[in-house]
Amino acid sequence: MSMELVCPAGSPAAFVAALEQGADAIYVGLRNPTNARAFPGLNFTPQTLQEAVRQAHARGRKVFLALNTYPMAGQISLWKESIDCGAAAGVDALILAEIAMLDYAARVHPHIARHLSVQGSATTPQALRFFQEQFGITRAVLPRVLSLEQVERLCTQAPVAIEVFAFGSLCIMVEGRCQLSSFVTGRSPNCHGVCSPAEQVQWEERPGGERQVRLGSVLIDRFGPEEFASYPTLCKGRYHSSTQPYYALEEPVSLNTLALLPRLAQAGVVALKVEGRQRGPAYVTQVTQVWRAALDALATGAPFTLQPEWQSRLAHVAEGKQTTLGPYHRAWQ
Amino acid sequence: MNLTLAPIPYFWPRTMVREFYEAVATWPVDVVYLGEIICSKRREMRTRDWQEVAGLLVAQGKEVVFSTLSLIEAESEILAMNRWVEHGGLLIEANDWSAVHSLHAHGLPFVAGASLNLYNHEALHFLQQRGMRRFVLGVDQGAEQLQALRTHFPAGAQHFPQTEVLVWGRVPLAYSARCFTARAQERSKDDCAHCCLQYPEGIVLDTREDQPFVCLNGIQVLSAQCCDLGPELEQLQALDVQYLRITPQAVGTGAVIERFRQGLAAAQPLGREGDCNGFWHGGPGMAWMSSANPSI
Repeated sequence: MSMELVCPAGSPAAFVAALEQGADAIYVGLRNPTNARAFPGLNFTPQTLQEAVRQAHARGRKVFLALNTYPMAGQISLWKESIDCGAAAGVDALILAEIAMLDYAARVHPHIARHLSVQGSATTPQALRFFQEQFGITRAVLPRVLSLEQVERLCTQAPVAIEVFAFGSLCIMVEGRCQLSSFVTGRSPNCHGVCSPAEQVQWEERPGGERQVRLGSVLIDRFGPEEFASYPTLCKGRYHSSTQPYYALEEPVSLNTLALLPRLAQAGVVALKVEGRQRGPAYVTQVTQVWRAALDALATGAPFTLQPEWQSRLAHVAEGKQTTLGPYHRAWQ
Repeated sequence: MNLTLAPIPYFWPRTMVREFYEAVATWPVDVVYLGEIICSKRREMRTRDWQEVAGLLVAQGKEVVFSTLSLIEAESEILAMNRWVEHGGLLIEANDWSAVHSLHAHGLPFVAGASLNLYNHEALHFLQQRGMRRFVLGVDQGAEQLQALRTHFPAGAQHFPQTEVLVWGRVPLAYSARCFTARAQERSKDDCAHCCLQYPEGIVLDTREDQPFVCLNGIQVLSAQCCDLGPELEQLQALDVQYLRITPQAVGTGAVIERFRQGLAAAQPLGREGDCNGFWHGGPGMAWMSSANPSI
């Protein structure tokens, strides 16, 4: 069975792009803080969600609704209403991270598939068993911390289907367990659906054509006049101890696992996730096209060869214009 | 109110760990969490060493809790964790969902670690029904969230679970597959040579403006700043926080415990000694806030 290509859509236009370029499933969020890309102007209303589901189902494709942030005690009703909204729209699966929301979805909408979000931070067969036994999840998205060998082993032992990140911005921390953004800005992926919120990013000009960028009060990096600068996140800044400033946590690169495609398929991974609901239709078009072509090539059964054109097109839309195999490649760790 | 000592986050030589806990046995601390929570390659302390330390502390009247690894990836790590659950004879602090699964399957009570992301009353209640006796408030949560948890906790349910809050120490901020200490030495994780032994308090990183930012500790990132809720003891008491958690440092931990012990006995609030308390007040974690206005 070929792997499902799961693509992001932050807007109806991106959704159509993903659909037209051959995504098997498209994941979206509602226009509220219930998902991890709660950015201004992004995401779906109940009406646009319904329309998206109609379009996808007409073509035999699926829609997943991401509800993967963590509600505080006083906010639970908004998350539950959002789950209900997804159910009413007829989504094919709910992507959930939080145990109270998983419990609610399992009790109130048992017929809708529940996927454990990457934000749920489950990295072992035992952890997956907990979510499967308690909430009947049928799929889990793995945090980007496991090596390929570990993914392979997990696939043989997991009680649920496994989806992995294939391409896009690279969180290098265990998702759901990173407080860097909230430490500096008070706003986090877990609770506010944002990392490094744009309203707290400040670019400053310096003498000699240098630029520097801070998030809140923290200086993330400085760049020479010719140096490429991508969107500033704390984990991709340059800091120093007794050293010269260096990328102490990670370089500004994106994840690209295209080269691992045959092994991921062999391992029994059921779905490949493309990151990027915050990106526009052009990104979604490019990335979906390339991954569709690669998956189709793989499905022919002929020896899989990486097309240089695929890689250059992906590199072109990648953050920092550079890509890495990330934690899948043991040496990265 | 009880004072608790978190597990040592850093990698110390065996002798240093044993001497540390010999001292802890004499300190006015009520609960001691033991175990390696960061990296399974840190093997200075063997199971028997931990058991001996636990025995020593129990003999001095301390409650001892064993803390599980924060990020479990390998089968060997699962097996080690399960051994503690099944045969350790200690209360366990579950720091990931594998541990929760194992503890629940064995019908054992547990402490829910701060990294389990318990943000609302329904999640608390759900885990309480599955054996959770105590929970450590997530590091990014503060007074307002705790108040909301208490207000919304279902009436008629069991009593609100025992509550523990980090009141002193570097704030655990993130975990990764990557070993940042090895990276700082331009080594890979597989070839780390246990280099974190060289940094008994981690590696502090400064920004390019020389502002201390974070502290690298193996696969963990901690704040460079030290959280201090000493001045907030009254508020913690009002919110019925029964367990105040102090994170060990290589130097000065005994004095910190003494300070909090005195603070609990005193009529006047403690003065500020640490760097930040922003999370407790609902702001950026690195801020020092005395009211709604952060100052960093």
